[in-house]
Amino acid sequence: MAIKVVIKPNTYFDSVTLMSLSTKANQIDGVDQAVIAMGTAMNKGVLRNVGLMTPEVEAAGNGDLLIVVTAASAERCESALPEIEALFNQRNQARSAGETRYATLDGALRQSSEANLAIISVPGEYAAREARKALEHGLHVLMFSDNVSVDDELQLKQIAHDKGLLMMGPDCGTAILGRVGLCFANAVRPGNIGIVGASGTGSQEVSVRIHDFGGGITQLIGTGGRDMSERVGGIMMIDGLRALAADPATAVIVLVSKPPAKSVEEKVLAEIKACAKPVVVCFLGGSEEAVTRAGGHFARTTKEAALRAVVLAGHDEQHINKRALNLPLIDEVRAKLTPQQQHIRGLLCGGTLCYELMLLAQQRFTNVYSNIAKDPSYQLPDVNISREHSFIDLGDDEFTRGRPHPMIDPTLRIARLLQEAEDPSVGVIVLDFILGFGAHEDPVGVTLPAIRECKQRAASAGRHLEILGYVLGTDADAPSLHEQTAMLAAAGVTIASSCTNAGLLARGFVDRGASA
Amino acid sequence: MSQIDRLFKGVDVVNVGIEFFKDDIVKQGARAVQVDWRPPGGGNVEVIAALDRLASASVTERIEAANQQAVERIINSRPMLVGFGRAIDVVPGMTRETILHAGPPITWQRMNGAMKGAVTGALVFEGLATDLSEAAQLAASGEIHFAPCHEFGCVGSMAGVTSASMTMHVVRNKIYGNVAYTNLSEQMAKILRMGANDASVIERLNWMRDVLGPILTAAMQTAGEIDLRLLLSQALHMGDECHNRNNACTALLIQALTPHILETDFPTAQKRQVFDFVASSDYFSGPTWMALCKCALDAAHGIPDSTIVTTMCRNGVEFGIRVSGLPGNTWFTGPAQPVIGPMFAGYKREDSGLDIGDSAITETYGLGGFAMAAAPAIVALVGGTIDDAIAFSVNMAEITTAQNPNVTIPLLNFRGIASGIDVRKVVQTGILPVISTAIAHKDAGIGMIGAGITYPPAECFDKALLALVAATEA
Repeated sequence: MAIKVVIKPNTYFDSVTLMSLSTKANQIDGVDQAVIAMGTAMNKGVLRNVGLMTPEVEAAGNGDLLIVVTAASAERCESALPEIEALFNQRNQARSAGETRYATLDGALRQSSEANLAIISVPGEYAAREARKALEHGLHVLMFSDNVSVDDELQLKQIAHDKGLLMMGPDCGTAILGRVGLCFANAVRPGNIGIVGASGTGSQEVSVRIHDFGGGITQLIGTGGRDMSERVGGIMMIDGLRALAADPATAVIVLVSKPPAKSVEEKVLAEIKACAKPVVVCFLGGSEEAVTRAGGHFARTTKEAALRAVVLAGHDEQHINKRALNLPLIDEVRAKLTPQQQHIRGLLCGGTLCYELMLLAQQRFTNVYSNIAKDPSYQLPDVNISREHSFIDLGDDEFTRGRPHPMIDPTLRIARLLQEAEDPSVGVIVLDFILGFGAHEDPVGVTLPAIRECKQRAASAGRHLEILGYVLGTDADAPSLHEQTAMLAAAGVTIASSCTNAGLLARGFVDRGASA
Repeated sequence: MSQIDRLFKGVDVVNVGIEFFKDDIVKQGARAVQVDWRPPGGGNVEVIAALDRLASASVTERIEAANQQAVERIINSRPMLVGFGRAIDVVPGMTRETILHAGPPITWQRMNGAMKGAVTGALVFEGLATDLSEAAQLAASGEIHFAPCHEFGCVGSMAGVTSASMTMHVVRNKIYGNVAYTNLSEQMAKILRMGANDASVIERLNWMRDVLGPILTAAMQTAGEIDLRLLLSQALHMGDECHNRNNACTALLIQALTPHILETDFPTAQKRQVFDFVASSDYFSGPTWMALCKCALDAAHGIPDSTIVTTMCRNGVEFGIRVSGLPGNTWFTGPAQPVIGPMFAGYKREDSGLDIGDSAITETYGLGGFAMAAAPAIVALVGGTIDDAIAFSVNMAEITTAQNPNVTIPLLNFRGIASGIDVRKVVQTGILPVISTAIAHKDAGIGMIGAGITYPPAECFDKALLALVAATEA
């Protein structure tokens, strides 16, 4: 094996671009392995561990780009290099001519005096600095970056609060503001329902459900995943709620989150009490009683939250297709499974989707495990090996360290899918496919070969493998909900019309004790 | 309308990070601009901390005020050519045993091939050694005083070797009174400043000392003074950037000198030699603009709290900078970089010496690489496209403080050249000042083998930033 290292000093690319470049570089003929990464301590550690450390790599700094190529011979390495260079050039040419770009936020702000929102997705250790600058210039902030300290988050949100600005994040991937979908969001009809969400895919799910039920969105404000924690205290959830309460175009407000810390829940409910507009509260797994006492409308599921919101917003309930559960289908599938096939395996890209599916299963079964279980006794000891009913959030840190998110790169999920299909105790595998801005350009298409393979393998082993698919999106997304759903159906995948329904169907398929 | 109301009405986005977020916003018909973010200070934690300390409100105020002053001095300076004279006569502190060189301080032992070649050639020219090997012994003996041109008020192109008998431009700042000096272009490719030192080189230096120098000196005695900044401004409107491309500015300079040369009391044949010499290469006035830039930048050196770069120079081994807020001869150095560009036929990358010369003083002022948009013709020499040339001039705005309204670039709507390189901005953005320059062969005796683009090492600016923080907090 030969190894060739090229260092490009003082050359920076973001993590997403590097992943894309690495993937393409690995596909070059003759290349055994190619690593394209920044010279950070972490990346050097990775290279050291896989035996690819060299003196040049060691000497490289944080701001230098590493290109490490292994091949059968030195000549193969050398011949691969121009092709790798070409990948960088392709990237440059893709930029539109005449587009103004800036090297710093300051530079951009000097020229863009009309800017009102900064979207920040730089590595966590630098993100707070950029956000602070943006807030000081009077811009709202949407921060996709995570790995930002709680102290920084608190400080930023306090600055924002004092200045009448929104600090959405850290760890906030979804917003719809001024009719524009930001980061990971779906094309949703405009309307009179506002959403404040502490959960990315949870917010996406509620927004597309609202669209499906005939309603529409004014604004979707993200707060970041940690906003409802004790220390942060729900600052943005409350400021978001107030903003929508003051917005003349918003008639109904929906709050989406996992259950908040007790002190935070009290604060939020107090706001609801003071709010003149109807507020639908979807704190997944939270307490109904407290919400009702505060005058809010409690929703147990994301589907219910959307439905209630749409009705409160003035749509005639009689004319809404509520996508009732197909009970005959449940019986039909249950009949196809062997007595041994008792378990659900959920392989999810969306964290909140995983969470909701897990909750629904827990209402019927006790042996429900996950890599994001609240109760440590139901935490999978090895996240790569499922047990009994298992719901895996493949977007969680353990799976995404040094790898792209499953929404962008399906490789890890495909491997896991094939693994689950081998297990004769598995009755149904649940897969989510997320569409919209930021998503993979064909999430279903890229997974179909693996789906077909799984079904074939199970069939050869003499059993039916039920694959239940849920596509999160609308017909205004590209690709559309309709297109992607049709592809799944053609491959024999059962289609759920919502995350909630997917959870109900999945547990119904393997529940031999009772009806759904 | 509150901030939130405005947000709810529509987004106008600055995207810092992953690019497709911006693309998707633009697809939806809203406005978004991309910040090509890089870790500040190349991710160096110490440097980032230093940037943060300089960013406090009170410190920023002091720095901004100091930088304003520095940039005003650069822009308002009016360097005037007031005469020529021999180094020993006009350069304060010059002695027979002094050899000045380009770049930051360096010992004889560490000098590269080209500079050593120039030094030994100069020692023979001065009559301090009878041949090159004797000159090498003399250079190593400790009897020769080596110093950077910059520390004697001079600048020197390429090896920049300046010795007592060489004729120097005398450039006085009409507004601030300081004076800068530089020697004369030798015009050809096989020349002392490129490290060549054979008999032909020495012969030419002799002629320059005996004919060219005295004629120019006499001419300026009748001319009095020539407003160099005026010629510079005209030259940029005529397609020059006054570092590598000096066609127009040389024509303008010689036009100003010609009547006075004619009036001097020298044989016509010698005057003819002078005109032929100037015509033999467009580069004749290259040193003149270097002296102009040094004159303007020296006037801005030594302003407390200022983070403006007043010197960028190289000696073929190291790149050195000085900043206004750290007065005197405090150098911040890093390794000189390779120059990348087209090479003359037969030469390869391995033949190149590293970046060398005081000519980066032109970029420090805002010319050369910074003004490439004024000189589309230069792209043939340094490689690249006209769009690249324009982009360089535009990008340098990110690391500078102001535009110089006296020296403008027509293609950019007569935008003034980017003035006042700010150390903080260089470190924050990771954008290094671009320099377009000649490539000398790494060995003595051969000369120029190409031209191209290069950059300072980032560490110069990192070191300067840390020193500035220490000074601010002292």
